[in-house]
Amino acid sequence: MREIDAGLIAEAVARMCVEANVNLPEDVKGAIEAARREEKWPVAKNVLDRLVENYSVGGGTPICQDTGAACVFLEVGQDVHINGDLTEAVNEGVRRGYREGYLRKSIVGDPLRRVNTGDNTPAMLYTELVPGDKMKITVAPKGFGSENMSRIAMLKPSDGVEGVKKFILETVELAGPNPCPPIVVGVGIGGTFDKCALMAKKALLREMGSHHPDPFYAELEGEMLEKINALGIGPQGFGGRTTALAVHIETMATHIAGLPCAVNINCHVTRHVTEVL
Amino acid sequence: MTKRVTAPLTKEAAAELRAGDSVLLSGVVYTARDAAHKRLCELAAEGKPLPFPVEGSVIYYVGPTPARPGQPIGSAGPTTSYRMDAYTPALLRLGELGMIGKGRRNGEVIAAMKETGAVYFGAIGGAGALLSRCVKSAELVCYEDLGAEAVRRLEVEDMPLTVVIDSQGNNLYETGRADYLASLKGIE
Repeated sequence: MREIDAGLIAEAVARMCVEANVNLPEDVKGAIEAARREEKWPVAKNVLDRLVENYSVGGGTPICQDTGAACVFLEVGQDVHINGDLTEAVNEGVRRGYREGYLRKSIVGDPLRRVNTGDNTPAMLYTELVPGDKMKITVAPKGFGSENMSRIAMLKPSDGVEGVKKFILETVELAGPNPCPPIVVGVGIGGTFDKCALMAKKALLREMGSHHPDPFYAELEGEMLEKINALGIGPQGFGGRTTALAVHIETMATHIAGLPCAVNINCHVTRHVTEVL
Repeated sequence: MTKRVTAPLTKEAAAELRAGDSVLLSGVVYTARDAAHKRLCELAAEGKPLPFPVEGSVIYYVGPTPARPGQPIGSAGPTTSYRMDAYTPALLRLGELGMIGKGRRNGEVIAAMKETGAVYFGAIGGAGALLSRCVKSAELVCYEDLGAEAVRRLEVEDMPLTVVIDSQGNNLYETGRADYLASLKGIE
């Protein structure tokens, strides 16, 4: 049994909220720069240059003004004992990070009555128990311009892989210029309605351009990226090749009657930071 | 070629802009997004004056991050415009001539733009850090309780924008994509 103080968790979350919003991960920068090298359409090249310029501004200015809903993923070792209230520690971290980092508070306490909570809490918290005595924390601020363009479908088994491909392409097409392309496309296939959506979100946390371990799905990721980049939407929707930077697919077992498919879209500001306590 | 444009706009200046034009905008723009638009339209429906001069105005759909000490504003890129579509025609008919945002507009907005001679500019979505450097001053106008969604008066200088939909209804989201796809056929 290892003890972890809730205060340490709050400190880590606060630090990670700021870090994630101010510094774009190196793999995302690499993907944008690689796309810039391959892009031939002048308008698109110009937009991609501006994106590079944008994440190079520095000075603690958030890359994007939508500093997101604070999505926090915890993998808690089952041999860990937490001294204090875990959920409150995470929320305290979000509260502190968003205040100290001059980040935008974008959360309303009630979806219909819509009053801002003023501190960006509550966090969108996911907790998973895993073997071991460590705690892995990932903070992934999620902007809603792209979140709003995400979709889920309860496809039929007979729809098969073609149905999945059609749904992914249709989602990107419907999103068009709205989610700030170039986008990252997270796909969940299988599970239940809720598990499927969570897989799509977790797919966005993967290293850019990494592949599904199963060659069947790795190939599907490659095929979908190519098809999306043949749509012509381009950076900001002004036309061009670079509509998506990556397609990440996550899969799991499902019911004999179902083929759930979720597509979670992220913008080029695909932010996430991980620390292990 | 880049065109220099001053805000507030005149109908004549707006009429000269074409979808696809690169623009550097300087002058005064007002910020408003979802919640502020709702309140502005409620005022308009009651026949009350808006809290800023609406004639020729340019509204920037933005909810910036808080300013650090000594800086006028934090990160300040555009939010997705279609959420303002329900409110936009009413504001255009009151004299709003320019909108800055990102993403598609619906048919009613485009029809109202053609009727009133307004222009829709795209700022680069996700480039909030870069765009913040064009903002020279920011002053609260109203709705402080909305936090990031309050209406602010911004003085901007050389803000890089693209005309997405012009006053004739030409739409870069359609033509830009079609031109790119046509260029691929040309290569084959």
